[in-house]
Amino acid sequence: MDHPLILNAEGVNKSFAGFKAITDLNFYLAEGELRTVIGPNGAGKTTFLDLITGRTKPDTGTITFGALTELVPLSEHEIVRLGVGRKFQTPTVYTDHTVFENLLLSLEGVRGVWGTLFSRTTSTDIDRIDEILKIINLGSRRTDLAGSLSHGQKQWLEIGMLLAQNSKLLLIDEPAAGMSDDETALTGELLLKLAGKHSIIVIEHDMVFVKQIATGRKVTVLHQGSVLCEGSVDAVQNDPRVIEVYLGRKKAA
Amino acid sequence: MTHSLLVRPIAKKEWTFTAVIAVFLIVVMPLMNYAGWISDFTINLWGKYLCYAMLAISVDLLWGYTGLLSLGQALFFTLGGYMMGMYLMRMIGDLGQYHKDMPDFLVFLGWERLPSFWVPFSSFSFAMVMMILVPGIVAYVFGWLAFRSRVRGVYFSILTQALTYGASLMFFRNDMLMGGNNGFTDFRFILGFDIRSPETKRGLFIITAMVLSATYVGLRCLTRSRFGLVQQAVRDSENRVLFSGYSSPNFKLFIFVLSAVIGSIGGALYVPQVGIINPSEMTTDKSLEAVVWVAVGGRGTLIGPIVGAISVNALKSWATRAYPDLWLLILGGMFIIVVLFLPKGIVGVPGMVKDWLKKRKRLSEPDVVTLEEPSKEEAA
Repeated sequence: MDHPLILNAEGVNKSFAGFKAITDLNFYLAEGELRTVIGPNGAGKTTFLDLITGRTKPDTGTITFGALTELVPLSEHEIVRLGVGRKFQTPTVYTDHTVFENLLLSLEGVRGVWGTLFSRTTSTDIDRIDEILKIINLGSRRTDLAGSLSHGQKQWLEIGMLLAQNSKLLLIDEPAAGMSDDETALTGELLLKLAGKHSIIVIEHDMVFVKQIATGRKVTVLHQGSVLCEGSVDAVQNDPRVIEVYLGRKKAA
Repeated sequence: MTHSLLVRPIAKKEWTFTAVIAVFLIVVMPLMNYAGWISDFTINLWGKYLCYAMLAISVDLLWGYTGLLSLGQALFFTLGGYMMGMYLMRMIGDLGQYHKDMPDFLVFLGWERLPSFWVPFSSFSFAMVMMILVPGIVAYVFGWLAFRSRVRGVYFSILTQALTYGASLMFFRNDMLMGGNNGFTDFRFILGFDIRSPETKRGLFIITAMVLSATYVGLRCLTRSRFGLVQQAVRDSENRVLFSGYSSPNFKLFIFVLSAVIGSIGGALYVPQVGIINPSEMTTDKSLEAVVWVAVGGRGTLIGPIVGAISVNALKSWATRAYPDLWLLILGGMFIIVVLFLPKGIVGVPGMVKDWLKKRKRLSEPDVVTLEEPSKEEAA
């Protein structure tokens, strides 16, 4: 691909009390790419996101964001401020705040204690929030408490919060989990709409959903903490190694 | 509205209501006392309640708004009290039993001259600065260590409890030179006024009411600003706050220091009104009591802690005279009742009654139910 890389992880290792969660992982993501990552339970998908976002630190290896920024020494909120946004597996929004307030707190800009003490909401802020509300289809719920939203709507709100943050790289962990079929399809459309403008990594199990968002794009299969194979959805689905790790778990010789 | 510092604007009606209550406390009650309709004893008692309200607000700012249950808030209240107490001890002058210009307990311990850290406390302004600095610094150091190492939930509560317990053990020691288990008492003057005269007590009550009102208004604005929204977001979902790019430890630290200072000011106002301060005020059960006031009044609101502190202490004043043996049972029972049946405390009762009436109305009008249901499905 001609696009420059936005994420470059090389030789990453991470073990927890002897258990190797990530082994010699190499992962490259081009700017504007929408990449789906699949893999059986325990393949290290969520740990991988934890490593990118600074939640845990790798034992060895480098993770570079954009051209030069090394992520490993940075703390979580510093990585976020660089433009890495994460959506959790279970929707994580501020349930006692309105939808509007959820987005307001996520808007790129003031983050410090003093800044927030004296920050005023400008009309640009409000316009931006309304724009995002349109994208995530929650315009009619603007003043409702986020806690009153349906499961799917909360997921969209959380994606909207990443947009408000102006994240360049969106890390999205199982967006379709617990959603109805309609909601899943809408989520897929939303992600496709965002691809190109943002670089996105989606972790997913639901193969119908994966087909929807990954057709014509690259899919990465993780297994035992490293990349098993990469390719189109069909190629990956027919790859004998992938079938083996998903269906029969033969002991490695 | 767009350019206000408050994300959640405050209605005019609420300002009026707040002003009415504040004027009642600051002006009307003292006038009634002056006219003889309220006894000096009562005004002094209410002055004490208002100091407790400061402590309760400081607990709720942490517990109700930030999700940090501090069981050591009495420490900061007492520290403020001790700072004021040191000033008041110096104001006794040579009117003590030993007729030396230093506190009696120091003479008793064999000190010929005033220990150096006592000297500047002859100045009221120095004592006032210390009322803010000492608890502020203690809270900053403790909070910095605790929040950096991500001490959360029940572990934070246990640590704060240990902190106040440790401090009380220190203050119980005579060689701390803070009066040991007797603490400070027998105060005579504050800023040249006789501390026992009804006029001084009325003045202290007015000042306390003013400070409490100002604290209430300030915090009401704070909790509705963007800062306040982040603070409450920390309570509801700290992970999301971190992943929105906020450094939640910094926010928690700020709130922890702020509530330490608020508690301390409450304690500093408390000591001249009750005339005594000793380390038993610092023990963990005092902190726990403050938590009960907040729970009873209504956690997560600012009016709740004030209502809770006043009502529980008014009940205590009555019960400890009428049924002295039963007080702790009453207190515990109240806590259980509130936890089980009144999750929003006393101030939540009107809302609960409203909801209950609405429900009853809906049940008695079946037509409304059938009309409402399809629209609900649509929304989902």
